[in-house]
Amino acid sequence: MLVINTKVVIAAAMLTVLAAPAYAAKTLVYCSEGSPENFTPALNTTGTSFDAARPVYNQLVEFERGSTKVVPGLAESWTVSDDGKEITFKLRKGVKFHSGVNGFTPTRDFNADDVIFSFDRMWKDTNPYHKVTGGAYDYFNDMSMPDLLKSIDKVDDYTVKFTLTEPNSPMLANLAMDFATIQSKEYADMLLKKGTPEQFDQIPVGTGPFSFVNYQKDAVIRFKANPSYFLGKPALDNLVYAITPDATARYAKLKKGECQVMIAPNPADIAGMKTDPLVNLISQPGLNIGYLSFNTQKPPFDKKEVRQAFNMAIDKAAIIKDVYQGAGQAAINPIPPTIWSYNKDIKDYPFDPAKAKEMLAAAGVKTPLDIDLWWMPVQRPYNPNAKRVAEMMQSDLAKIGVNAKLVSYEWGEYRKRLQQGEHMTGQLGWTGDNGDPDNFFFLLGCAAARPGGQNLSKWCNKEFDDLITKAKTISDVAERTKLYEQAQVIVKEEAPWFTIAHSVVYEPTRKEVVDYKVSPLGRHEFYGVDLK
Amino acid sequence: MADDPVLNATAAAVPADALVETVPPEVSPLRAFWSAFSENRGAVLGLAVVVFITLLAIFAPVLALHSPIEQFREHVLLPPVWAGGEWAFPFGTDAVGRDVLSRLIYGARISLGIGLSVMLVSVAVGIVLGLAAAFLRGIVEVVVMRVMDLVVAIPSLVLAILVVAVLGPSLTNTIVAVTVVYLPRYVRLVRAAAMAELSKEYVVAAQVAGVGRLRLMFVTVLPNCLAPLIVQAALGISDAILEAAALGFLGLGAQPPTPEWGAMLADSREFIRSAPWIVTLPGLAILVTVVAINLMGDGLRDALDPKLRRS
Amino acid sequence: MFRFFLRRVALTLPTFVALMFVTFVAVRLVPGDPIEARTGERGIAPERLAMLRHDLGLDQPVWQQFLHYANGILHGDFGVSIVTKTPILHEFAILFPATLELAFCGLIFAIVLGIPAGVIAAVKRGSIFDHSVMTVALAGYSMPIFWWGLLLIMFMSEYLGLTPVSGRMDLINYYFEPVTGFMLIDSLLSDQEGAFGAAVAHLILPSIVLGTIPLAVIARMTRSSMLEVLSEDYVRTARAKGLSPLRVVGLHALRNALIPVVTVIGLQTGTLLAGAVLTETIFAWPGVGKWLIESISRRDYPALQGGIMLISGIVILVNLIVDLLYVAINPRIRHGG
Repeated sequence: MLVINTKVVIAAAMLTVLAAPAYAAKTLVYCSEGSPENFTPALNTTGTSFDAARPVYNQLVEFERGSTKVVPGLAESWTVSDDGKEITFKLRKGVKFHSGVNGFTPTRDFNADDVIFSFDRMWKDTNPYHKVTGGAYDYFNDMSMPDLLKSIDKVDDYTVKFTLTEPNSPMLANLAMDFATIQSKEYADMLLKKGTPEQFDQIPVGTGPFSFVNYQKDAVIRFKANPSYFLGKPALDNLVYAITPDATARYAKLKKGECQVMIAPNPADIAGMKTDPLVNLISQPGLNIGYLSFNTQKPPFDKKEVRQAFNMAIDKAAIIKDVYQGAGQAAINPIPPTIWSYNKDIKDYPFDPAKAKEMLAAAGVKTPLDIDLWWMPVQRPYNPNAKRVAEMMQSDLAKIGVNAKLVSYEWGEYRKRLQQGEHMTGQLGWTGDNGDPDNFFFLLGCAAARPGGQNLSKWCNKEFDDLITKAKTISDVAERTKLYEQAQVIVKEEAPWFTIAHSVVYEPTRKEVVDYKVSPLGRHEFYGVDLK
Repeated sequence: MADDPVLNATAAAVPADALVETVPPEVSPLRAFWSAFSENRGAVLGLAVVVFITLLAIFAPVLALHSPIEQFREHVLLPPVWAGGEWAFPFGTDAVGRDVLSRLIYGARISLGIGLSVMLVSVAVGIVLGLAAAFLRGIVEVVVMRVMDLVVAIPSLVLAILVVAVLGPSLTNTIVAVTVVYLPRYVRLVRAAAMAELSKEYVVAAQVAGVGRLRLMFVTVLPNCLAPLIVQAALGISDAILEAAALGFLGLGAQPPTPEWGAMLADSREFIRSAPWIVTLPGLAILVTVVAINLMGDGLRDALDPKLRRS
Repeated sequence: MFRFFLRRVALTLPTFVALMFVTFVAVRLVPGDPIEARTGERGIAPERLAMLRHDLGLDQPVWQQFLHYANGILHGDFGVSIVTKTPILHEFAILFPATLELAFCGLIFAIVLGIPAGVIAAVKRGSIFDHSVMTVALAGYSMPIFWWGLLLIMFMSEYLGLTPVSGRMDLINYYFEPVTGFMLIDSLLSDQEGAFGAAVAHLILPSIVLGTIPLAVIARMTRSSMLEVLSEDYVRTARAKGLSPLRVVGLHALRNALIPVVTVIGLQTGTLLAGAVLTETIFAWPGVGKWLIESISRRDYPALQGGIMLISGIVILVNLIVDLLYVAINPRIRHGG
């Protein structure tokens, strides 16, 4: 009996593969990488979590889809005062929050109260939501918002004024980041009254192009089109995130049409995707850098010549070819070439093991030299396989008489120890948040060279530090560019890093997907995307 | 990989008296064992393969064409000879140009090493704890057996991962973790066998004759518990290899550039479409080794266990 | 029988208490910190780290944390995940049906194929069928299942296009609210044509992968147990009396041969529930095993200790039930064991 049943069932299963029911709605499935922590971007730090909340929400200003350009969002326009300390936003009128999610029906349109509420939650512990869901507002704090903000005031229902403690040119770009998402105060109040404030972060209500339908941990997130979206109803009726952690499985699903867009393909699959007739492979240079840092506080890396010698000993081209497999470009400067102020005139160190060996000897380094070489245990946007990079470096260094011991720790522990400066050489990288050069250069500044700071080389160069500090306070782009170009010359000469690569972000979509754009910021956005 | 109920069940189902009189007294026990073992063609085949792999492992430096960690940058992702590769790299090369065949041969050292170490440690600890539980009874027995129950209750892979997470990922800690996971089988087995022996006349006689407790445990009783233990130990090697490979696959086993089979598989997973051989070969190596050891283990069991042999 | 039952249950209780203690300690021995683990390249300032640790109660002495935790469990509160801030019981309740469904289907697969294969192999002992079944069983028993899963996906799903790659449902064509959490049941309740078939199709490969080892174990066990029974006197007598081989096998031998097989199946149930870690990882199956592994790498203490407690508790209970059932069908054990 059991046997027969199973047979019937299997036969039925095979049939459904052939006979998909007629379903008029346009549903786009996106193969994502993991489960979000929750749906309030202010609380989160990972791209996965931001992507999961993005369809639902808007910010005051936003990054144009597929670029780092800041464009109006919930604010129609803004003015900056002459001293650069006041930014006044004019808010868009007639914007509706999603209705019918979690029993919530908005009684009013979006207004200044929602803006004040959203920032107060992160900023002030008097806000009733400040401690809800752990209350760790990492980005708000990391972007130094508490230091930069003096006050946020409601001028009238549709005007909000941000007052800063000092002029800060990256501020507008900061406000376009996900943490600065605007949520509904009315919804928050309703849940507070119901006694279930934690639902605020789990069942999101926003103003965005899609409204939330359902989330099942580790399986699926479902959204549907918001018909009253202020920029017009999306072309898609349903948006589904299929959570698929394995890159091989994601591509298999894409091939079979189980999803139409996927994140992070295996570098090894890219060549095949280029010739796959079902797939459009879109690429965009990533806003990131992967590097190997030399700890300048540990001999022999206190000597510039040794760092330069290491720069010549490692075969960068081979790493780009075999690890990035084409999905990366050799990094010369500490910022990617897509960021303004990139210095094109700088030449990279040549790959020259013989010269490197000579330089080591000249610097008085005895070989064999024992060092450690750290690699992170996780895949990062700027480095698809740190372990393989480390293995290749180890092999190259052996040829100039350096024995590199490979070291790794659990990710949190790894980063912490690197920041404490426990390594001699260690890999890490950086992904840009907002497209401003300072968002990269501070990694080599003196302030970050303290134990626990992000300057892993613990390299503090007065000349360099002066340049970048000055550049941060100026708003004239041409002037800033000049300073940053100079700073890059110093970095190349002093070689605190072996700059490895800027990855190229590849995103395969099925041919029927129309107008999908890859974001240099690593965002995944589906408003404006259609299906043929 | 999973707890092996076949074995536990058989070990439990076999009446204890069957274990004692394994061999008729006239024939030398070894010869009797061999004639029983060699009757089973599968077992002999398994033994042959195990011997072959062991030889590979021992003579790896002589047999391997290249160093397992040398990178031939000009020959990255070269296919095996039968798929158009070069004879210099018979099984092709991996993502950084290392010779796959040489890595597999050296990998045999590591996998067999793990299997043997886990087996030896678990047998040693299992004998001590099992005998202690059987002889001392009381609180010792309760504590030992409850701890074993506890270990069994936690999902084995989760437990192994937890142990590795506590100690840090390395080859040695993989061995520790896998040993912890498999220890209960040995302890339970030794205890059960020893308890069965304890009620036998020869033990009672020895006790009456005033034989010391330690001597009674290790000299009088232990040899008579060995048959099921040997079978368990042989099969335990294969389980240990699988479990260690699973840890390696999850990135928690041997650290780079060690050529452990599970880690090789994990490293090459992304090439399953573009260079399938570097994914297929380590998997096959694991499969063949484990099948061979299991075949041999089955043969051992049949030869040492007259009840099953009869059928 | 009742006293035996009480004794078994009483023996289980200390195991639970010890389990609670051991998971708590082990989880805290893992180096690293849940807050550091979720911080990216940017790192975290020491003052903020201290503040967040304080909010989570991680700055309290460990014994105090343990008392707090133990007290919570006694009241049925397993704590709140550090990563998602969702109660552990709630997360477990969402994920467990997926694990249970997969384990159930894997076991069905193993039983439906394993028992007949074992029986036929025993009856036709020494035949080609016997040899092939035993060879396949041995290979299955020796299979590195993470590798097996990858190969099956590549071959069945990508090359032949027969089965879905991963996940539990066809997300493009069907949508229904989860009611029970079991996709097979929910798809039937949804009343959408084809949804049930899609649910089954998604279960095929994971069930095969998860069921491979139990299948091998059950086939081998059935065969050897059957061989033993077939050589018993009463079976020989029945044969000598001229009863048809089918009747002999079906009526007399099978029933007795199955007793040890049932035990093995019971033991496998526990292993399957707990052991789906690798299968869930390969097939992106939203179950408990994958959740536990991820909790380790995120240092999510409450999820880890609560998750291990719950899943181990269930395994202990299943084994207890198997033991009791076994005694019920086979009263001889009661006195001996």
